Amino acid sequence: MSEQKIIPIGPYHPLQEEPELFKLYCEGEIVRDIKWETGYNHRGIEKLSESKSFDQSFFLVERICGICSTSHPFAFANAMEEIVEVDIPDRAKYIRSIVGELERIHSHLLWVGLAGHFLGYDTVFMWAWKYREPVLDLFEMISGNRNSYAMFKIGGVRRDIQNDKLPKIRETMKFLKKKTDLLTGAVMDDPVIHARTKGVGILTREDILEYAAVGPTARASGVDIDVRRDDPHAAYGMVDWKVITSPEGDVFAKAKVRLLEMFESIKIIEQCCDGLEKLKEGDIETVVKNVPAGIGTGHYEAPRGEVFHFVKTIGTNSPARHKIRAPSYVNIATFKKACVGQTISDATISLAAVDPCYCCTERMAVAYDYSTGKKVLSANELIKQSQKRTNYIKRNI
Amino acid sequence: MRREEFIEKIKSEFADHILGTEYLRANRVTVNVDPDFILDIAKFLHQKIRLRFIIASAYHTKAGFEILYHFSDDSNGNIYNIHVLLPHEKPEIQSLAQFLVAADWIEREMHELFGVTFLNHPNPEKLISEGNWAEGVYPYRKDFN
Repeated sequence: MSEQKIIPIGPYHPLQEEPELFKLYCEGEIVRDIKWETGYNHRGIEKLSESKSFDQSFFLVERICGICSTSHPFAFANAMEEIVEVDIPDRAKYIRSIVGELERIHSHLLWVGLAGHFLGYDTVFMWAWKYREPVLDLFEMISGNRNSYAMFKIGGVRRDIQNDKLPKIRETMKFLKKKTDLLTGAVMDDPVIHARTKGVGILTREDILEYAAVGPTARASGVDIDVRRDDPHAAYGMVDWKVITSPEGDVFAKAKVRLLEMFESIKIIEQCCDGLEKLKEGDIETVVKNVPAGIGTGHYEAPRGEVFHFVKTIGTNSPARHKIRAPSYVNIATFKKACVGQTISDATISLAAVDPCYCCTERMAVAYDYSTGKKVLSANELIKQSQKRTNYIKRNI
Repeated sequence: MRREEFIEKIKSEFADHILGTEYLRANRVTVNVDPDFILDIAKFLHQKIRLRFIIASAYHTKAGFEILYHFSDDSNGNIYNIHVLLPHEKPEIQSLAQFLVAADWIEREMHELFGVTFLNHPNPEKLISEGNWAEGVYPYRKDFN
């Protein structure tokens, strides 16, 4: 048996969204085992939430993740509304769904871009992130922020989307439909992407059930689950859309599911705009005065899968216990199935396909000159070269 | 499966170990069970009725340590909470990770944050506090300051 080498990825890496350490145990090019370490940046948000009022907790949970910053408030609102037993106005339902779906589009575009980048396909990266910008502009128009939108509260939403803003949303959706079509065609028909992603990082249906994985990870292995359809809330039961699944379980299937889901999101947003037009402006919340003692379990289909919030209240103004389960918590564990047996170069895209907590090589390459034994390019020399380049650009602007 | 059917099924299988049931709003149910039989009950839910394990939530009250195991029926969006109460003096319970990989992380996390011991856990290493937290100090307990 050849010797096993450990390739560490992380814990801190410019391309990883979270600090995590992956250790790939490799024999030659093949990954034989994978171990991971987490907890480098545990923020204690569940404990912190116990010291906040319910209204403040919305802002706290929004900051769990920068990319799905509306999914956590969405699930938290669902949990709280279960405790206070309140029905929210239709207008608030439509607005919630619009914000949720816009987030899905920008998150999926971000993933497609990153996946392209890690395959060495930077054109996809540039395109995807370019078309993500109009979505963030819409967010700025709706909420004033490109991220962390602060739209949710118990009983409704904080801000209305006035009807005069709807044409802009429709126009952007039309544009995105065209561009997503272009992007989907480019990705799905490309022979290089086929070669890099088909049959790579396969998760079977049994793997998904064993690890209780959720979201596009599960749907790309033929497990037909989606909280938006299974447990309808907000406007999801009021509009026409379908859940995208694919049975293959490889990286290509995950890309396909995400790309096609964007079209469904566009469809939902357009129908929500129709719904908003028929309703009176301003009717966006049911006022909730007291939160009784009880327990609430709320979930929402975030771009990466089901976000789950459990809240226990005791009649005071803050949660007595607030448990949060993000989709990556269950999806990351499937790395063990997806990566083992792959080559190192496929392991990176397999990790990216499951979850965008992404990785690349951690270390810088240092070349030695055989004859002299000296470093050809040291760290300082690299920095000097970079500074030289910056100075050159500065001089020539 | 409607939630009434679920209650019927679990009662017919574990009649003596069900301590109470509670219907919450719409499609949520809490079933209070005897902690000594959690392994059999969870096996029944996961392997026989094919429910999806979402996560487990622990919390600390005057009565002791309470754990809710959340299971989801994805055919209709029902969530079933299986509730157990563990005494202050001896917070111990059988580990579900023995047969359910999905419970591995959360049980290790609960052990670190609440000090609940999961018996026969296949991989009882630290998950989040390795090398950066004192032994025997459990930050999510109510008496922690």
